[in-house]
Amino acid sequence: MTQNKGKVVSINGNLLSVKFDGNVSMNEICFVRVDDTELKSEVIRIKGDIAQIQVYEMTDGIKCGDEVEFTGDMLSAELGPGLLGQVYDGLQNPLPELAQRAGWFLERGIYADGLDHGKKWEFTPTAKVGDVLRAGEYIGTVPEGPFTHKILVPFNLQGNYTLKSIAEKGEYTVKDTVAVITDERGRDIPLAMSFKWPVKRAVRCYSERLAPVETMETKVRLVDSFFPVAKGGTYCTPGPFGAGKTVLQHTTSKYADVDIVIIAACGERAGEVVETITEFPELTDPKTGRSLMERTIIICNTSSMPVASREASVYTSVTLAEYYRQMGLNVLLLADSTSRWAQALREMSGRLEEIPGEEAFPAYLESYIAAFYERAGYVRLPDGSTGSVTIGGTVSPAGGNFEEPVTQATLKVVGAFHGLSRERSDARKYPAIDPLISWSKYKTVIDPEKSDYCKDILHKGVEIGSMMKVIGEEGTTLEDYITYLKSEMLDSVYLQQNSFDLIDADCGSNRQKYVTDKLVKILGSDYEIKSKDDARGFFNRMRQRFIDWNYTAFESDAFVKAEAAIDTLYGEGNGRLSGSAESLLKDGN
Amino acid sequence: MNKVYNRIESIVGNVITVRATGVKYKELAQINTRFGKSLAQVNKLDSDIVSLQVFAGGQGISTGDEVRFLGHEMRVSFGEDLLGRIFNGSGDPRDKGPCLTENMKPIGGPSVNPTKRILANRMLRTNIPMIDMFNTLVVSQKLPIFSISGEPYNQLLARIAMQAEADVIVLGGMGLKYDDFLYFKEELSKGGALSKTVMFIHTASDPTVECMMIPDMALAVAEQFALQDKDVLVLLTDMTNYADAMKEIAITQEQVPSNRGYPGDLYSQLAARYEKAVDFADSGSVTVLAVTTMPGDDVTHPVPDNTGYITEGQYYLKGGRIEPFGSLSRLKQNVNGKTRRDHRALMDAMIRLYSSYKETLEKKNMGFSMSRWDKKLLRYGELFEARLMALSVNMSLEQALDTGWSILAECFEKDETGIKSELTDEFWPES
Repeated sequence: MTQNKGKVVSINGNLLSVKFDGNVSMNEICFVRVDDTELKSEVIRIKGDIAQIQVYEMTDGIKCGDEVEFTGDMLSAELGPGLLGQVYDGLQNPLPELAQRAGWFLERGIYADGLDHGKKWEFTPTAKVGDVLRAGEYIGTVPEGPFTHKILVPFNLQGNYTLKSIAEKGEYTVKDTVAVITDERGRDIPLAMSFKWPVKRAVRCYSERLAPVETMETKVRLVDSFFPVAKGGTYCTPGPFGAGKTVLQHTTSKYADVDIVIIAACGERAGEVVETITEFPELTDPKTGRSLMERTIIICNTSSMPVASREASVYTSVTLAEYYRQMGLNVLLLADSTSRWAQALREMSGRLEEIPGEEAFPAYLESYIAAFYERAGYVRLPDGSTGSVTIGGTVSPAGGNFEEPVTQATLKVVGAFHGLSRERSDARKYPAIDPLISWSKYKTVIDPEKSDYCKDILHKGVEIGSMMKVIGEEGTTLEDYITYLKSEMLDSVYLQQNSFDLIDADCGSNRQKYVTDKLVKILGSDYEIKSKDDARGFFNRMRQRFIDWNYTAFESDAFVKAEAAIDTLYGEGNGRLSGSAESLLKDGN
Repeated sequence: MNKVYNRIESIVGNVITVRATGVKYKELAQINTRFGKSLAQVNKLDSDIVSLQVFAGGQGISTGDEVRFLGHEMRVSFGEDLLGRIFNGSGDPRDKGPCLTENMKPIGGPSVNPTKRILANRMLRTNIPMIDMFNTLVVSQKLPIFSISGEPYNQLLARIAMQAEADVIVLGGMGLKYDDFLYFKEELSKGGALSKTVMFIHTASDPTVECMMIPDMALAVAEQFALQDKDVLVLLTDMTNYADAMKEIAITQEQVPSNRGYPGDLYSQLAARYEKAVDFADSGSVTVLAVTTMPGDDVTHPVPDNTGYITEGQYYLKGGRIEPFGSLSRLKQNVNGKTRRDHRALMDAMIRLYSSYKETLEKKNMGFSMSRWDKKLLRYGELFEARLMALSVNMSLEQALDTGWSILAECFEKDETGIKSELTDEFWPES
C-alpha cells in the first residue's frame, strides 16, 4: 500500500488525467474521491507526472482538482472457497449484496468483498509440517458444494517454502490463518484460505501444458459429432443478432460435461442473466444430482453497466476459471459476447486518442484477443493430476459480416469455429450453426470417417439444392433428387436439435455413436423408388420416425420400439447398403 | 457556485469552451444570448478549460455572452402533475402549462441491479393480431420497430399508445416532423389517453443537443412511475435521429468515428437507454417500444444493427404491415403458453403455411404451374393478409385466434394444417 496521491486535471467521459507525485505503476488501482464516495479506477497510461486512468463508474460530478488515491495494487480477484453459485459484477462485487446495501440500482462507489469473510468452512489439513511447497500446491481441503476445494499456496509466491505449522481440522473463515510457511531466507508467511491474484496476469502454476485431446461433450449433436470442442481448447460462436448465440451458450452451460461452468455475461442483456439466475437453482446437474447453480459462477456486466468494468469482467472470469483448474477440475468459461469486450477496448482507445486500426478498433486488438484465449489450456498440475480451462466466446459481428476485425482476430487463435447463419435461424433450423462454414481441429465423439461421410452428403445436397432453384424440380435427375432429400433428412433429424426438450437436448456421445451408425446405413443405401413423389414421401416418413426416435430416452423400451419402426420402413423401401457405407460400418465395428 | 463567466473562448458547432474552475463533469450552465436563455451541459474538462454543448445550438452565440454554472446536472421534475403535459428537450413546457420545478430527479441514472429484476412473464395486450398473436409483447420488454421512411410507424405507435394496457405512457419524440407531433397530440386526446401520457418532444427544427436529452428524460420519468408500482409504456420515435444527433456532436468534438461516422460507443449508449426496460421485483415495470428507421432499408446499417443486438427481438414494418418473417419477440414463449390452449400451435401452423404461401407465390411469379395445393395456399395467403395482417385490423387476442381458425377452415381440410387433432377437434369451426 503506497500513500501516493494525485489530483484530477482533465475529464473526458470515463477517462481522467491525474497529476501525481511519487511512483505509480501501470494498471494500478486508484480511487477518485468525489463528494462522499470513492470511485474505483485503473491506471492505463503514464506520461511524465500525468497518469491517465479509466474509471469503473460514471464520472458525472467529478471536478478538476478532486483528489485521487493510489493503492499500489493491480485489479485483483479474491480467490478462496465460496465462489461457486455467486453472481458477481465485472469487478467481483456480489450483486445480491450490493442490492441489500443500495436497493434497486447499482449506485456508484459501493463495493463488497468477493468472498464472505464471516462464513466458516470445514478445513482438513493434508500437508505435513516440514513439507516443501511451491505456489499452486495445496495444503488442505474444504468441501464446497459437490467439490473438494483445495486450499492453495498463493500463486504469487516464488521459490520453495517449508511448512512450519498447519491448523488442526476444524472450522475457519477465509481470513483465518490456517498455516505458516517459511521461505528460503527464513521469513515466516502466514496463509489464509483466500488470497488475491491480479486478474490480467495468467496463472502459470502448473507443471506442464498438454495438448487438448479429450473431447468435451456439449450434448449438441452438431457440435460433438461434426465440430467438436476439446477440454482445454477454445472455440468461438459468431453470428448475427437473433441467430441464437445466447440460447446455444445457455444450453451448453446446462449440459456440458465439465465440473464447473463460468458464465461471463459481458455487455449483453440483463434479462438473460435474470433467466439464468431464476432457472439454474431449479435445475439439477445430472453428474452430481445437485442444483446446477452449485457448479456455476456468473460474472455479469450487462450492457448498461460501465464499460471499463466490462473490460475487466472477462479477465475476472478467466482468473476464477484458472483458480478452479488448479484443483484438478475441468472448467468451461462461456463469454458472451467478446465483441462487447472489444468495443470497450475501442471506446477507451478512442478517448486515449490512439491511432485507430480497422473500424477504429485499436491496433493491439489481435494480441489482446489472442492473449485471452491462450489462458485456456489442459494442464498437468504439480500433484500429477490434470485440469482444464475451456473457453467459448460468442462474437457479435457488425451487420452479421464475419469479415470484421473481432471475428477475424478470434478465428486466428481458436481451435473450433461455430458460425451461426441468419439463413438457418430464419428457417428455424436450430442450432443455427452453419455446417458449410464451420470447422474444428479437435476430435469428434463419433468415428471421424463417418463424420466426414455425413458432411459429404450435406455438401452434395446443398449443391443440388441451389441448382434446383434455377432449373426447378423437373430438371433434376431422380438420383440427385434422392441425394438432396437425404441431405435434407440428415439436417432435420441430426443437425437440428430441440434445446427445449429435455431428452433431445441431452444427447450423449454413446447415443450419438449409435445414431450415426443408423444414419450412415439409411443415407448410404439405395432404395427401390420410382418417382420423385415416392422419394419425397419415403424420406418424409423416415424423417418423422427418426424425429420420434430422437424424443425417446436412450435405450428405453420406447427407444427400441421407435428404432424398430425405422427398420421396418427401411425394409419396406427395400434398402440396399452401398459399398462405401458398408465398409464404413464394418470399420466402425 | 453561481459565478458568471463573460468570456467564451471558442465556439465550434454546438460546443463552446470557457475558462472556469470548480466545475463538475456533466454540470449544467445557463447562457444568455441575444436570442434568449439556453441551457448547456459540460461534456469535457481539461484543467480550467470547460467544454459545453449548448442546447439551443451555437448559432448567434457571441464570445461576450454570459455563462452561469448551475451546480447541478440535468434533471427532470417528477410527479402526478406531469400527466397530460408536453415538454421539450430542455424540460421546458411545450404546452401552455406551468413550468415544473418540484421534486427534481437526475436523468440517465445508474442501471438496475440484475438481481432486483424478475423474469418477464406478463403479456401486454395491444389488440393488434400481428403482435398479440404472433409476436406477443411482454411487460418489461424492449423492442424496436424497424421501418423505412414513409411507413406508418407513428400511426402504429399512436394506436399502441391508445390501446395498450399500461398505467402510464411516456412518449419521446426525436427529430419528429411537426405534423407528426400534432398527429400524436390529436390522436391521444381523441382516444382519451392524453391524461395518462407524458410527452417529451423534440421536433426536426429544434436544436440537435435537445434531441439527445429526450430518451434520458422520458426514461427517467418512466422509471420513477415504475417505482410507484405503475406499468409504464415508453414509446420512442425515432432512435435513428437520436443516434444521428450523437454522431453530429461526436464529430464536432473530433472523436474518432468507428463505423459510418458513428462514435465507437454507439452500442453502449443505445444499450444504456434500452436497458432501462425493467420489471422490478415487487414494483412496477417499464416497457420500451422504439421506432428505428433503417436508412435505405438496410438492416446492417450501424443503428438497426446495434439495436438488434441489444433488444429482445424486433417488429419489421414493411409495406404497411408487421412482417411475420424477420419480426421476432424473444420473450413471447414466456407468456403465450398460458393465454389459450390453441395459441402456440395455431401460431406455428399459420406461420408455416404462410411461409409455404410465399414459396408458392414465388413459383407462380416464375411461371411454374399451380397445383390444387398451391391454389389453396394462394387463397390462404390472401385471407391471412387481409383479415389478420392489415394494420387496420383491431381485435382481441381471442378474436384473432378465432379468426385464424376460420381462415384455416375456409381454405384447408383439418389434416392439411399439421395441427394436432386434439386441437382441431375442439376449435375447428362448424361449417
